Parts: sequence; structure tokens; C-alpha cells
Amino acid sequence: MLVYALVRILYTIPILLGVSLIAFGLIHLVPGNPLDLLLPPEAPKELVDQIKAKYGFDQPLYIQYFTWLGRVAVGDLGNSVFTGEPVREQLISALSNTLVLAIPAAVLGFALGIFLGAVAGFNRDTWIDKLASAIAITGVSMPHYWGAIVSVILFSVILNWLPATGMGPSGGLPQSWEDVTHMILPVATLSLIPMGVISRLVRATVLEINGQEFTAALRGKGLRRKRIIYHVLKNAAPPAMALMGLQFGYLLGGSILVETVYNWPGSGQLMNLAIFRRDIPVLQATVVVLSFFFVLINLSVDVLQAAIDPRIRR
Amino acid sequence: MNVHAHFVAQLHGARPIADPAASDALVDVEDMTVTFRSRERVVHAVNGVSFSLRRGEVLGILGESGSGKSVTLRALMRLLPDHAQVGGKVVVAGHDVARLDESRLEDVRGRAISMIFQEPMTALDPVFTIGEQIAETVRRHEGCDRRTAEARALDLLDMVQIPSARRRLKAYPHEMSGGMRQRAMIALALSCRPSVLLADEPTTALDVTVQIQVLLLLRKLQKELGMAVIFVTHDVGAAIEVSDRLAVMYAGRFVETGTAIDMIETPRHPYTNGLLDSMLSGDKRGQRLETIPGAPPSLGQAPAGCSFAPRCRFAATSCTLALPEPTAFSPTHTARCFRMDTKAERFAMLADA
Repeated sequence: MLVYALVRILYTIPILLGVSLIAFGLIHLVPGNPLDLLLPPEAPKELVDQIKAKYGFDQPLYIQYFTWLGRVAVGDLGNSVFTGEPVREQLISALSNTLVLAIPAAVLGFALGIFLGAVAGFNRDTWIDKLASAIAITGVSMPHYWGAIVSVILFSVILNWLPATGMGPSGGLPQSWEDVTHMILPVATLSLIPMGVISRLVRATVLEINGQEFTAALRGKGLRRKRIIYHVLKNAAPPAMALMGLQFGYLLGGSILVETVYNWPGSGQLMNLAIFRRDIPVLQATVVVLSFFFVLINLSVDVLQAAIDPRIRR
Repeated sequence: MNVHAHFVAQLHGARPIADPAASDALVDVEDMTVTFRSRERVVHAVNGVSFSLRRGEVLGILGESGSGKSVTLRALMRLLPDHAQVGGKVVVAGHDVARLDESRLEDVRGRAISMIFQEPMTALDPVFTIGEQIAETVRRHEGCDRRTAEARALDLLDMVQIPSARRRLKAYPHEMSGGMRQRAMIALALSCRPSVLLADEPTTALDVTVQIQVLLLLRKLQKELGMAVIFVTHDVGAAIEVSDRLAVMYAGRFVETGTAIDMIETPRHPYTNGLLDSMLSGDKRGQRLETIPGAPPSLGQAPAGCSFAPRCRFAATSCTLALPEPTAFSPTHTARCFRMDTKAERFAMLADA
């Protein structure tokens, strides 16, 4: 088990290097550069060269890559070309804003998804199954931005129960009830997709496991229904965890649509802005840091899966 | 070996066995039917099976795939899908299985009646250790603490002759060989000292050499623990090896029942004869192996006549019109066939040729 975990951790190193290389390369493949936006077209060539040199844009690409990688390794993510401010601070602020939504959205979506999926699977073809499946499919197929706008119209404009947009007055981690009311709509919107996909997967997995001989054998041993459900859910856990890892990764990237509708300054907005401004340092850093978290989450999922299902360890 | 003897002694001490004179039948089945009804179709899997079994007796049920033998076995502990209907009288170890409510049934399963499944790889839960799977059964039925249950699991693994049993308790099913897994499955089935053991093709998934070991082990444990065993198989040799009595099943009915000797020496039903002929044995070297032409009928509707008639060499018109009732040849031997007279002669002729 320990060996397995160590091997998995070592695997992440080449993955992260590859991700950084791709992130770096893709951004430089895209036409346009920040200087075109930053400087007037009639800027003197000396000034252009000077600024190019300042950001290292005059160097060959591979030199730029290694210089950048060396800085990233020691935690220096560079400065924004557009604002001149350190990328690190922007990124930390945007990511923590996103996390404030992503964590409760994940908890809510996963819990509801597992519950609905299990209930549907264990009550196959009954009205319970049909109701749970209808909820799940609605969650998956409703476009985020549409759901977001409709819920703003319903809960903020018509009913006037919840604030329409923006973070609460504390502007960071929620510290008052008012902060929490600002989170409710975006969290609910973000939890819909994880809820839907996880409940579909859990339902299918429960059905598949219920069809296997060993569940008949568990009944044959005289186990109570509760205990049999526990056996089935433990068997269903590894694939569900893999999907949850991916879904949480997506949530960390922030949703540009949801963050735009609710005007929430998270990582989605940061990336969106950086793309339009061709703010290469911000974009590179965001992509790499998000990938790092993504890889980290999937690493933990791998290790957890192996802890539950010993067949994965080999 | 000592641990083993100890377990057996414990078994006899722990559960006083009912007065054998009072009621001999541990299994009493009369006119049992099993019907699967779904929206698309109806399958009559078992069509009126009757038998009884005493303590310490082994009944072998022989038949092809699809003859209804596994369904018969599962019906004895009502381990069938929800859309299955069980009819007739099914009394096992004093419990009216067909009428018990779900909760009482759960108390009986795994305790008074237990089952060994065909494929130990798929019948054991892959994410629990062997020890956990045995111990949870013991705890479920005897309500003892974890430590006692684990100690019992260890005794059981010793009893089924699993080497380095203590280490095997912590093994997962995929870490064991097929033979080991089936031994573990036997240990699991015996964990609460059942009085009736149902074995559903327990050796079919195993290598031939391992098959014999497992059969001998089963036979030995059955004798020592005095269980009634129903052993379902399509392996004629294995059935003869372990059974006191045999029942040949075809299309959901017992077409012939008798002792192993009855069956081998004077098979009365053409189907039994066909099964025996299709067996490999040394004295048939150099001859072409006999087969039974055709395939078992679909069980969509209960047939009017003898189900075997379409495949039978001796079938006459009468065979397709009415269902042959069981005819007794001796106190132990019965068969359902209209053509017994001609057949005896023909078999004699075939034997001479």
C-alpha cells in the first residue's frame, strides 16, 4: 500500500512537467501578445524592445520556459504584464474565492448525487428510481448560465429572498449570515452538474454490483439489508471517487459562466480576463497551479481507491 | 487436525440435535414449482419437484444446464429474484421457507440452511477479506463480539484445510487460488453450523485435481458434521462419488430418482441412460462417445407430455400426449417414463452389442 502510494506520488512529477510544458507552449502558439495591447501602435521600437527585455520576451522560447519554470519552482509566479502586480497575490485571492464556492458545492453535489444514485439503484424501476433519475438528468442537462439567471430572477427579483450577485460584505471567507446568503445561489448552481453525473454513475454501479453473484451470496448468508447496502456501496465507491475527483477539479477551475452571472471574482474570472488581455504570466501561472491541484486531487483519489479496493494496488 | 476435531466436538455440544425419531426429514419438498414472470414472458423453471432428505443424507441432483437444478436449490432458501414465484410445500430444517416473512427468512439463511456457490471468485465480495466475510456471518447469527467471530473464522479455515490459515484470514479473494477460494467458501457456508447445506456445482469452476480434493473434503465434513447436503452438478462422476441418492432432473422435473447403484446398474429413464453414456470412462476407450441429440426444451410453457420425448430414441405418440407419472421399481427407485418395458429390452440389446 505504502509502496503503491509512493509510486503514484513519483508519477505526478513527469505529469506536472508535461502539463507545464503544454501550458507554456499553447499560450505561445496563440497569436497576439500583451505588448500589442499595452503599448500604442506608434510606440518607438526602443521602448518595445526595452519592455520585451524586461519580461524576457526577447529570449528564445526554451530559455523563457526554463527561466519561468525555475521561478515557479521557488514560488515566484512573476508579475502581471497588465497591472504590474505580483501574480501570486491575484491567484491566491481568486482561488480562495473559488474555493469558498467549490467546497460547499462539491459537498452538496456529491452528497445529493450519492444519495439519489443509491436510492434509485436500490429501488430499480420504481417511481423512486424514476423521480431520482429525473432530478439527476435535469441537473446535468440544464445549462449553467440559464439556471443561474432563472434562479436570480426567481429568488432575488421576484421573491426577493437572496441577494442577486456579488460576494458578501466580508469579501472573502464568509463571516456573517449575509455572506452566506450571497453564496447560496452560486453554490446551488455549481452543485447541479456534480450531483447529476455522480448520481447517474452511482445508480449504474449499484445496479451492476447488485447483479453480481456475490450480492446473492450476501443474501444467502442471511445478512440484513442495511449490511448488504454497505457491501454494495463499498464496492461502488472506487468509480464514484474517481468521478468526484474529476468534478472537484473542474470546480476549482471555476466556472466562467457562473462567476460572471453572479459577479464572483474567482479563478474563472481571473483566467477569462487574462485570456482577453493576453496577460501571459497570469495565464501561465493560473493554468499550472490549477493543474497542480488537479493532479494532487487525482493522486489522493488513486490512493484512497487503492485503500478501499485491494485489486487496484497491483 | 486437532482444531478440527475440536470444532466438530463443539458443534455437537453446542446444538442439541433434535430427536432423530421425532421427525427424520430435514428437507421436505412437495410439488414445488418455480415460475419466473416478467412483462415479456413466463418461464416455468421447476414443475412439481418432490423429495425429502434426512439428517446426514446427500442428495445429488444431476442435469444439463437449464434443467432447473440451480433454481430448485435456490428456491430452498428463496434466494431468487423478486419476479420468481415459488409454489408447493417447501420445508427446510423445520422452516416453511415458502411462507416465511423476509426478516425471519434472513435469520434462517446462513444459519440453518447455507449454500456453496459455483464460482467462488464471483460469489465472494472482492473488497472484504476472507476473515471479515466469515466473521460477519458468525456475528450476524450468533451476535458474538468481533474477537470470538475471528477466532471462529480461524478454526473454520483450519477445518477446511487451508494452509497458514491465520495469514489467509487477511487475504482478499483475488489473492487466493481457485481451490483455496472454494475452501474458504465452504468454511463460510459452514460458519454457523447449518443443518442443511446446499452445494451449487461446487467443483465446476475448479481444476480437475482440485475438484477431487474439494469433493473429498465436502464428503468428509458432511459425515463429521452430520449435515443433510443437496449437491447439484452436471458431472455424473462427481454426483455418484458424493451422493447417497441421486435425482436426474430434466425440464424442471425429477425424471428418475434412486440410489447411485440403482442409477448405474439399472437406469430406467432414457435420459439417465444418455447421461451415463455420455460420461468419459476407461472401459469405453476406442469407442465413439455417446451423446444425447438436441437441446433441452425452452420452458416458456409447461408441456403436455413428457418433456424429453422430442429427444428420445424410444418416444411413441403416447409420450407427447400425457405426462408420465413416477413409477416405483423399488422402495428407492422411481422414474417417469411410459416406455420402460421396451426400454429394458432395448438396453439389454444395446448392452449385448
